[in-house]
Amino acid sequence: MRALISHRFALVCLVILAMMALAGVFGAALAPYGVNATDIPGRLRPPSLEHWFGTDELGRDVFSRVLAAAGVSLKVGLIAVGISLFAGVLIGLLAGYYGRFIDDALMRVMDMLFAFPAVLLAIAILAVLGPGVTNAMIAIGVVYVPIFARVTRAGVLAVREEIFVLAARSVGAGDLRIMASHVLPNVAGPVIVQTSLSLAFAILSEAALSFLGLGVQPPAPSWGRMLFDGRDFVQQAWWMGFFPGLAIFVTVLSFNIVGDALRDALDPAQRSAIEARSSERAAR
Amino acid sequence: MVAYALRRALQALIVLVGVSVIVFTLLQLVPGDPVRVALGTRFDQGTYDALRERSGLDRPLIAQYLSYLGHAATGDLGVSFRSGEPVTTLLLERLPATASLALTALLIALLIAIPLGVLAAVRAGSIWDYAATGISQIGVSVPDFWMGILFILLFSSTFGWLPPSGYEPLFGDPLGWVKHVVMPAAAVGLVSGAILTRFVRSAVLESLGRDYTRTAHSKGLRTGVVVRRHVLRGAMVPIVTVTGLQLASLLGGIIVIEIVFAWPGLGQLTLDAVRGRDYPVVQGSVLLLAATFLVVNLLVDLLYAVLDPRIRLR
Repeated sequence: MRALISHRFALVCLVILAMMALAGVFGAALAPYGVNATDIPGRLRPPSLEHWFGTDELGRDVFSRVLAAAGVSLKVGLIAVGISLFAGVLIGLLAGYYGRFIDDALMRVMDMLFAFPAVLLAIAILAVLGPGVTNAMIAIGVVYVPIFARVTRAGVLAVREEIFVLAARSVGAGDLRIMASHVLPNVAGPVIVQTSLSLAFAILSEAALSFLGLGVQPPAPSWGRMLFDGRDFVQQAWWMGFFPGLAIFVTVLSFNIVGDALRDALDPAQRSAIEARSSERAAR
Repeated sequence: MVAYALRRALQALIVLVGVSVIVFTLLQLVPGDPVRVALGTRFDQGTYDALRERSGLDRPLIAQYLSYLGHAATGDLGVSFRSGEPVTTLLLERLPATASLALTALLIALLIAIPLGVLAAVRAGSIWDYAATGISQIGVSVPDFWMGILFILLFSSTFGWLPPSGYEPLFGDPLGWVKHVVMPAAAVGLVSGAILTRFVRSAVLESLGRDYTRTAHSKGLRTGVVVRRHVLRGAMVPIVTVTGLQLASLLGGIIVIEIVFAWPGLGQLTLDAVRGRDYPVVQGSVLLLAATFLVVNLLVDLLYAVLDPRIRLR
């Protein structure tokens, strides 16, 4: 029952994410107004049929900007998680497979990176690289490498002594082939779950960095930056901050629910525990 | 226990040295000369030479690192490129504001997470469980800075109950401090509470399935007594661990909320330093927050060795 509800929600969330992706690709074309088209006499207008999400301090249409910013947020999220995924899985694979010195060396470096709170590390990296959307992707990507490395390594440690790995080794398969063909597919489950959850965190981090003025630079639209601009007008124009925040919330929630549904599907242990507990209580 | 504590402290120390290498390297990665970049249009040869010498940037890299490490160990984190003040003084001025906000947020988080998580686990599979899980899912997904802005809109602009931003020192004006801390702490605390609720639920759920819980039930104890005396104690280790991790990440993660509420903490200091390219201050605050993260983790490890003797005997 729980899994069903969870999956039904997950389906709705997948549809929302697909719509976000469409908005991301065709946002500027779908937008009723130009993303940076200003209209000073029409500034700070509340939501109406003409401007669904109202207008900002320069008279720009908030709905058009929220739509266009979807592409930026998703792009930053996807590329940042792509960086973490590639580097983290590679490090986790090498550490878990070879063990000993390589494991110690790589995982201690991961421990060091893990010692930094995520946003703080991203800010420190941006302090060096300078603000901007590309650097924000790199910074967020670096921040989440240790999580992927840990998840992958844990999976590899469990798989590397399995019979099928020993069998592959005994027929003369090389390390690279064993890792790519036998180990990696068997640790994919937790990595896929982590990818979905990390996309949620990456989008939140991008919004936070843009809010701080370190990510996407104006006049390019970004949900985080729009939220920052909205903060100064919270008394006169609540819609300026409300709708970009809502867009972040819905996107992050969707990725989290999809991630949880994937975990339910790929790791049924916890679901079984809940069902066992429910039936135990019913029996009492 | 002493051997366990020493072993964990040594591991934390090694990671801390590694962290100091990363923080030190940050300054070396700045393209160009960091002092010249920091001075920008305020460049003056005299100030430039003095800052380079005081920062030790005219010496070889290894000598610079060893000197940085030695000074950091004695609490000397260099001087600010912008104000010329010692970085340690600047950090200590801001630390109480950040610590008081983080601790209040954690208190709010625990007040939400423990009852909600326990209820969800005890009534697993029921409407209460779905409600608690749903609330937690929503809480995890809400950007805390958006929630902060919504709070300002509601409690300051609409009802006028609370000041929209600012800070009063806790020991200077306690009532003023409470009025100012409520909204930022609630914004962060609700999100942290949502994260903690998931862990409390799963820890309690696991503890409920243990033999000692079944034995307690079979003795005829009421559910409330079983949960209080047996289940919660059994679930304490993972709950303490995640609470410690939350506190550590709150200390370094409330930067954005400090900006929303103009809270003069370490986050605002760090951001101002990043914008002004005041690298010693960036290095100092990052090192302090990362070191705090490690120390809190170490204390949590030691605490759960106290809570669960099996851990220290391993």
